[in-house]
Amino acid sequence: MFSYIARRLLVAIPTLLILIVLSAVLMHAAPGGPFNSERKLSPEVIANLTAKYGLDQPLWYQIWAYIRDLVLHFDFGPSFKYKDRTVNDIIAQGFPVTLKYGFWSFIIATVLGIVAGVVAAINHNKATDYLVLTIAIVGAVLPGYVLAPIMVLFFTLYLGWLPGGGWEDGEWRYLVMPVLALATGYIASIARLMRSSMLETLNSNFVRTARAKGLPEWKVITGHVMKPALLPILSYLGPVFVGMVTGSVVIDMYFSTGGIGKSFVDSALNRDYSVMLGITLLVGALTILFNLIVDVLYAFIDPKIRY
Amino acid sequence: MAMLEVRNLGVTFATNDGTVTAVNGVNFALERGETLGIVGESGSGKSQLSFAIMGLLAANGTATGSVLFDGQELLNAPPKVINPLRAVKIAMVFQDPMTSLNPYMRVCDQMAEVLIHHKGMSKAHAMAECVRMLDAVKIPDAKGRFRLYPHEFSGGMRQRVMIAMALMCGPDLLIADEPTTALDVTVQAQIMSLLNALQKDFGMATILITHDLGVIAGFCRDVIVLYGGRIMEKAPVEPLFASPAHPYTRGLISAIPRVDTHGETLVTIPGTPPNMLRAPKGCPFAPRCAHAGDDCADSPAPLTQFAPGRLRACHRSLEELA
Repeated sequence: MFSYIARRLLVAIPTLLILIVLSAVLMHAAPGGPFNSERKLSPEVIANLTAKYGLDQPLWYQIWAYIRDLVLHFDFGPSFKYKDRTVNDIIAQGFPVTLKYGFWSFIIATVLGIVAGVVAAINHNKATDYLVLTIAIVGAVLPGYVLAPIMVLFFTLYLGWLPGGGWEDGEWRYLVMPVLALATGYIASIARLMRSSMLETLNSNFVRTARAKGLPEWKVITGHVMKPALLPILSYLGPVFVGMVTGSVVIDMYFSTGGIGKSFVDSALNRDYSVMLGITLLVGALTILFNLIVDVLYAFIDPKIRY
Repeated sequence: MAMLEVRNLGVTFATNDGTVTAVNGVNFALERGETLGIVGESGSGKSQLSFAIMGLLAANGTATGSVLFDGQELLNAPPKVINPLRAVKIAMVFQDPMTSLNPYMRVCDQMAEVLIHHKGMSKAHAMAECVRMLDAVKIPDAKGRFRLYPHEFSGGMRQRVMIAMALMCGPDLLIADEPTTALDVTVQAQIMSLLNALQKDFGMATILITHDLGVIAGFCRDVIVLYGGRIMEKAPVEPLFASPAHPYTRGLISAIPRVDTHGETLVTIPGTPPNMLRAPKGCPFAPRCAHAGDDCADSPAPLTQFAPGRLRACHRSLEELA
């Protein structure tokens, strides 16, 4: 097990290097650059800026220098757009925000999604099942940028219960709407996945064996059905967790939460190469890490998987 | 009163294409310690018959008629009536030991939960019982193996585990639904001789469901021949093989390949089993029967006794068949 984890972590290094190279090439292939703006800058200023940030060097050298600073100093470089901020600053400021609302969204989406899926499956083809399915479909087709303004309209303008935006170090009243807006779509997809996985397990032969043992239905479900039914959900949850804690531009825009979801989109629009690359690397590293965690959890749950 | 009385049992399934009749008007009784074989080809309704007795029909299945166990109605009984009987009084061994054991649970936990739930046994005591039962079904080194998972056993060993699990509470009735179908021939023989020995040791009544007449011959005292969801013939084993009294049974027995007649084509019954989506009005075997007349297509023949312990459902007299 230990050697398996070590091997997977070693493989992550070339993976991340390839990610850096590919991202850098793609970014530089996109038209425009960080110093294009509506206000025309004089050619001398542009030349100075380009030299200052090393953009006059060949691309392979820029990538090499980036990797060197990253490995030696854990330095993601300066932002090309915001003069006095480094990428480390931007991530250190924005990531805790998305981590906080993303984490709570993840917890809520997982718990509600699984509960709804189980309830629907146990009441297969009954009114409860159809109700859960209907809600799940509505939730799945309702994008965050529709849900967020509706919630603001309702909770802020109409009821006056919650502030319409801001962060305030994640005080709970500022947390409620971002968390719900982000979680809704995931609740729906987890519920549908859980329902179908549960139905499949309920029809398996070993569940019939469990019933033939005279166990009450709740013992059949908790003892024999839940574990196998949860396995497909688990592999889905790894990437979902990463997606949630790295935030959403919709949430950051509507609720002015100041997370890295907005920084990421802004950096792409501004051609702020170093911020874009920094956040891409963060998402990449987290994805590798959480896929590894899921695979390790599998080994504990499924006796057929041993590393 | 017999231990198990099945009266006019019918099983139907609601499907998108219509109602499928799996079992139709089945009657039989079973005394303590008796062995009964139910033989029939695929789709004859033999497995659904056993699921109906255990209350394990799929959600779209409906059972009608009556199944009395020690005078208690089992058919459509609520869980609080049937659950205390399952595994304790009536236990079942399923067809496919690869999928019928829970792959995510240790073998000992799957076996022990029966005792812990029904007998209130402590976990340690139940584990000791597991080892004892695994020994009884001749699993070598049971002590070293009882904590393994099902995938760590071979197919034959898994079926031994299934059998041990079914016998944990010492049931009065064991229903074995094609216990050897998924196993290769040498393992089949081992499992059947094990079941035979256990049946004698434990003295439980056993219903053996199979499509294999050879298995029936070596194990059962009485045989029911099922076709199209109906009983065609019921008789003790020896007269059934020596002088089958129904055209279908005759066809089945003449279709058994013999080692002493070389080089001939295998004998088959012409035609195919009926489509149970449109169950035939009369005798289900009539379309394939060389002796069928108009009366056979109109109404099924009643199951009638023609000799001590021997019943047949055929409009033709034995003389006409000769």
